[in-house]
Amino acid sequence: MPMAFDLPTIWAFIIAFAIFAYVVMDGFDLGIGILFPAFAEGRERDAAMNSIAPVWDGNETWLVLGGGGLMAAFPMAYGVILSALYTPIIAMLLALIFRGVAFEFRWRDPGHRKYWDAAFTFGSLVAAFAQGITLGGLLQGISVDARAYSGGWWDWLSPFSLLVGVALVCGYALLGATWLIMKSEGSLLDHCYRLALRFAVATIVGMAAVSAWTPFLANDYYLRWFAWPQVLFTAQVPLLVAAASVGFFFALRRKHSYLPFLIALGLFALGLIGLGISLYPYVVPRAITIWDAAAPAKSLGFMLVGAAVMVPIILVYTGYAYWVFRGKTGHEGYH
Amino acid sequence: MFDAFDATLLARLQFAFTVSFHFIFPSFSIGLASYLAVLEALWLWTGRAVYLDLFKYWLKIFALAFGMGVVSGIVMSYQFGTNWSVFSDKVGPVIGPLMAYEVLTAFFLEAGFLGVMLFGMNRVGKSLHFTATLAVAVGTFISAFWILSANSWMHTPAGHAIAANGQFVPVDWIEVIFNPSFPYRLVHTVLAAYLTTALVVGGVGAWHLLAGRKTDGTRVMFSMAMGMITVVAPIQILAGDQQGLNTLEHQPVKVMAMEGHFQSHSDGAPLVLFGWPDMKEGKVLYDVSIPKLSSLILKHSLDAPLAGLDTVERSEWPPVPIVFWAFRIMVGLGLLMLLLAGVSLLARVRGALYDWPWLHRLALAMGPAGFVAVIAGWVTTEVGRQPYTVHGLLRTADSVSPLEAPAVATSLLAFICVYFIVFGAGVHYILRLMSQPPRHDEEGPHGDVPARAAGITPAPAVAARQGKV
Repeated sequence: MPMAFDLPTIWAFIIAFAIFAYVVMDGFDLGIGILFPAFAEGRERDAAMNSIAPVWDGNETWLVLGGGGLMAAFPMAYGVILSALYTPIIAMLLALIFRGVAFEFRWRDPGHRKYWDAAFTFGSLVAAFAQGITLGGLLQGISVDARAYSGGWWDWLSPFSLLVGVALVCGYALLGATWLIMKSEGSLLDHCYRLALRFAVATIVGMAAVSAWTPFLANDYYLRWFAWPQVLFTAQVPLLVAAASVGFFFALRRKHSYLPFLIALGLFALGLIGLGISLYPYVVPRAITIWDAAAPAKSLGFMLVGAAVMVPIILVYTGYAYWVFRGKTGHEGYH
Repeated sequence: MFDAFDATLLARLQFAFTVSFHFIFPSFSIGLASYLAVLEALWLWTGRAVYLDLFKYWLKIFALAFGMGVVSGIVMSYQFGTNWSVFSDKVGPVIGPLMAYEVLTAFFLEAGFLGVMLFGMNRVGKSLHFTATLAVAVGTFISAFWILSANSWMHTPAGHAIAANGQFVPVDWIEVIFNPSFPYRLVHTVLAAYLTTALVVGGVGAWHLLAGRKTDGTRVMFSMAMGMITVVAPIQILAGDQQGLNTLEHQPVKVMAMEGHFQSHSDGAPLVLFGWPDMKEGKVLYDVSIPKLSSLILKHSLDAPLAGLDTVERSEWPPVPIVFWAFRIMVGLGLLMLLLAGVSLLARVRGALYDWPWLHRLALAMGPAGFVAVIAGWVTTEVGRQPYTVHGLLRTADSVSPLEAPAVATSLLAFICVYFIVFGAGVHYILRLMSQPPRHDEEGPHGDVPARAAGITPAPAVAARQGKV
């Protein structure tokens, strides 16, 4: 695989990093939303909410960076992908509204807290599902003609894209449960160990199903994964997933506090690497490469200066914000 | 062809709707973040409890407004791709990086420190907490800087070239960022945000003064708000005038629409106060005008000639009635703000700031005026740029995504329903908070649950508990 470290490649990695940061960070937020109905009203829910209230906004900013970065670095891909996946993207945006306002609204209106809790769950679930469908819709391919999307507004709908949606919902629930294992105590903690086990099984099954299906979507993917001698490299990915899964169940059984979350992050990282193997150097499979879509060097270089300076600073103060709110969260939390 | 037109119109409606709704929240939170920083600074400096009470009071409202700003803003960062994919493809290399800089330098800063600002007072101590408040306030300003730079570039594009594939490509970043209308727009918009916030704070103060709740908190907030309006309202009118002159230089057609000048005037153009611009007839019906005043305002000379829309192809006309009326709403509200500034100054000089019910009634009525003026100003400038997305270079009709009309219609309907439900509830909660006066020992955000010891648990205890697991 040719790997020239030119500006488009660097930007592909930066955006991949932003997407990864988004998926794992907002992933556990959304996961907690998905798991919310499983928690007892009152203390358990309040504690779960409090564990993410100070950080969710920062987590979601990575989504804006992913979108804004894609528009700036690969404007043609941004336009094509977003108009092709119009419906799931709009559904995600609307769902994120319900999810985002519930953080404040549930405290402001105890009389209607149940409704905002339901909005929180519904928003988290739909956002996660829509993100999965978006990914599935992209992987299965988008019809492109003369720099623009040329399909209809239901092209994204397929058994495959729905499967990816379900798998991502399970994955986010896993992240949420393992995050709460780190942050909770008492009955909520016990509850989360049980939920983590269930959703780990579901996530691994989901990953296996998506991975098994992908190579058969198009001949291209098949070759990328199974052609000799590349298979020696690509085979490491499922092997590592298997190893991580074993490690996860071991960590859960030993009631580790941090390890389940870290291994869950590892599973997502492996998923992203798998995605990279399937896609690179295309942003739209078989249609648009990163070089086709890239903005001119003058744009990419200008932004690279900003990213090189700002991303490390962002990571430092994001880390600081997490550090301030470290440790177990009570149900009354920081309030 | 007919379908494509419908999808374009729906996409425009959707963008106008979502951006107008979104714009309400930042135009409030930019000013409110600065106000909170000032309140916290005053508290740290003087030690007076009233400033802390006010800080906590407005922090609760800020948390709600900011949350709604964030979620409605995420929509905007994706609307460009979903509904305006051709625009994104063509313009992305120029304005995309400006938006990326906004995310990198502003959004992360605001979001990163918002948690500390809202929840961290007991965890990080006073000075670090104040740093967080300042970071959020500075973040809102940086955000305005970049997004208005990008927006201004669409009005007065500069520093770019057009590539063979039809894309706009940057040539000189300084020229792109500091394009000709940007400094004027930035000043005008940021002042508008400060005015909007001051009007809201003043309106809330006036409400409680009228209800006889003349506590320290209500007095201080009313006084601060009126002081801010007295200083900023006149400056804003000057800033608006300057932006108008800049628009006349770079986008004369927009000014013709704002003024309702269908005809050219060779020796002094009248100022049309009111009337109904009829685009078909090409004249303003039922007009009330003052001769030669428009030339005086725009050219600083009574007899200066001014060209009208008759010098421009009809295909280049913006929708004149919308621009004409939106502009009048904005200016009218601006003049009322100036009136409020004058009356409150008079009351202050007479030592009767808290005693004139008519002043308080005026301030209360003007409470929401900032929002209306901001939206009206936004409509004036954006609709005035039509039929282009990038002034003179890229037409709106050539910017839209290749979408089917039902897709856009469905999403537009969904946006309208969700926004009215969610933001309606949010505004209701904000009003409910405002209906309570600030109290001594005001609770912080989420003060409806008791403060927990965890917030002040010493670090070793936390560490010990973590180690135990």
